[in-house]
Amino acid sequence: MSTFWDPLRHRTPARIGLDRVGDAARTRHVLESAEALALARDAVHGSLDVDRLGDELRALGIGEPVHVPSAAPDRATYLSRPDLGRRPADVPVLAPADLTLVVADGLSAEATALHAAGVLAALLAELPGDLTVGPPIIATQARVALADHIGAAQEARLCVVVIGERPGLSAHDSLGAYVTWAPAPGTADSARNCVSNIRRPHGLGHADAARTLARLIAGARRIEATGVQLKDTSGRLTDG
Amino acid sequence: MRYSHTVRDRTYTFDGLVDLLAKAAPDRSGDRLAGCAADSDAERVAARWALADVPLTTFLTDPVVPPETDNVTRLIWDTHDGDAFSLVRHHTVGELRDWLLDTAAGPDAATRLSALAPGLTPEMVAAVSKLMRNQDLVSVAAATSVTTAFRTTLGLPGRLATRLQPNHPADDPTGVAGAVLDGLLLGAGDAVIGVNPASDNPRTVRDLLHLLDDIRTRYEIPVQSSVLTHVTTTIDLIAQGAPVDLPFQSIAGTQRANDGFGVTPAMLAEANDAARGLARGSVGDNVLYFETGQGAALSADGHHGTGGRPVDQQTLEARAYGLARVFDPLIVNTVVGFIGPEYLYDGKQIIRAGLEDHFCGKLLGLPMGVDVCYTTHAEADQDDMDTLLLLLTAAGCTFVITVPGADDVMLGYQSASFHDVLTTRRVTGTRPAPEFEAWLEGLGMLDDAGRVRAVDPGDSPLRELTAKAGA
Repeated sequence: MSTFWDPLRHRTPARIGLDRVGDAARTRHVLESAEALALARDAVHGSLDVDRLGDELRALGIGEPVHVPSAAPDRATYLSRPDLGRRPADVPVLAPADLTLVVADGLSAEATALHAAGVLAALLAELPGDLTVGPPIIATQARVALADHIGAAQEARLCVVVIGERPGLSAHDSLGAYVTWAPAPGTADSARNCVSNIRRPHGLGHADAARTLARLIAGARRIEATGVQLKDTSGRLTDG
Repeated sequence: MRYSHTVRDRTYTFDGLVDLLAKAAPDRSGDRLAGCAADSDAERVAARWALADVPLTTFLTDPVVPPETDNVTRLIWDTHDGDAFSLVRHHTVGELRDWLLDTAAGPDAATRLSALAPGLTPEMVAAVSKLMRNQDLVSVAAATSVTTAFRTTLGLPGRLATRLQPNHPADDPTGVAGAVLDGLLLGAGDAVIGVNPASDNPRTVRDLLHLLDDIRTRYEIPVQSSVLTHVTTTIDLIAQGAPVDLPFQSIAGTQRANDGFGVTPAMLAEANDAARGLARGSVGDNVLYFETGQGAALSADGHHGTGGRPVDQQTLEARAYGLARVFDPLIVNTVVGFIGPEYLYDGKQIIRAGLEDHFCGKLLGLPMGVDVCYTTHAEADQDDMDTLLLLLTAAGCTFVITVPGADDVMLGYQSASFHDVLTTRRVTGTRPAPEFEAWLEGLGMLDDAGRVRAVDPGDSPLRELTAKAGA
């Protein structure tokens, strides 16, 4: 069998160079895909260990974690009713802060359990000293927009949400992060910036993700906006 | 206007065209989420009876979304061709279904259907699709022909093209190039080689544009490339001199939903002009690439129509095609199963929606492709995708999305694999776009029957393709 693809497989998790039988892929490849789908579907239906994550977030030293369930009472409702996942069952009473930090299960609680605390720890190290940060919020059966309600309650200038992304066959443990200026219920998705594919080993590392988030936060404070007007300009074009 | 119909001894009433269209739609989770779905099968069939009797001229006077507040409606109405409409002006929705099926089975079907296209509005097409079975959607779409061109000619009869989608979770150039090589060796890429970048950083996007353009020019491949970032980023990159073939944008069927995407018709016109101005095409000058999908408007809270009522997601999807066709794009595809189970719950709903979207887009005159796909949180699997891919090919679909092993490792969903299209082309007798097929032939990659040979990539003329990617 050819070893042509071996070096390239170190550069991408994509299923490249599958052996052909006629026009189809070999049995081994078909079963590998079926197995990956089974694991991903199990991840979708998994739940977040809130106590364990709470211990990790408490260790960040930014206050006692607050658990905020969404208005979706269970996983089945969460999957078919995104509107319920976008708002908290009850909005907690919180002291004002410049920056709201929300850790949400999203569609992969496993990703959140693996990466959320690490990304937030790295992000806190990158933040300027003049920003006050609220206590970590743990949101369950939650979608990104739930955090707008928390941010509004904290009268926050900015909100960062880290949330489990939808599992795929190669990655069922990938985290996304969203930055929103002036969070308020009804904020359009185009008014957010996103950093995706935070995972190991093939995705974005915790430190790199944190640096990108810190740049987006700095840019958002400069132009007082997030979304399509704010691009991650670490790679700004200099010839124009 | 109130509509009503009696099934056995029960009379169902519908409060206006928006309500009637929604209640006549096949059952799907997104319409339930929006609160506009029929409550029972009997109510649904009553709505279809009533819809069948609605004159087509009603759609020119009763807006589904008010033109006063929606620029998509204004574009649809401003570009409606009354002369073309005269072919069916006196028909009802039910009679239009009969006309379409009769025309599809008759002589000069493609010519007659093309002549009608500018006379139909998206709402008329959505309405008639609700009276059509899956077989009807395939039948009429198969008789419809829409051809566009840039460096390949797309939509010709007997052809099935592919987007080669070499996504990488961190935009690694060698990783992207490896997936491009894999696809080319399996005969994919003739509609577009199109990357969804993980980052919207303009430098990353520019680097990917150069990577794809370098591969294309080095091997003289007659293909077009696209890096699927926001259209404003692409407009900036064109001004910077980046090698842009196809500007891309996601669009939806209402102004409010497009606001959610941060996009306006003026931006699309600007991108269209800028890319055409580069004159990079060799056999045609269609340059835009649009993606759409049922549920996009609802997910952006942009799904309300006349009277503040929720409009069903399939009608809104057809309206996105009304926006798209103003710009004569090279390719359009619905991302049918991508948006999730809250809009299309399972394999049955995804297959139906894929056939509806393809039919509506093609009948409106668009070069319509489909991302035959699903997510891990929907009740669907690869068997459902096999079914939809074969049905769409029978329906004359312009192109489908293909990724290595059916697994998109950046966006986290499942589409068709390069192998799936090899199989589909063989069993349906379809072939790649002619310019691309000639290139494959010229490199000795096809056998005597025109099928892609299985070769050791180390012996292929493309074997060095990935060598310079990281440089």
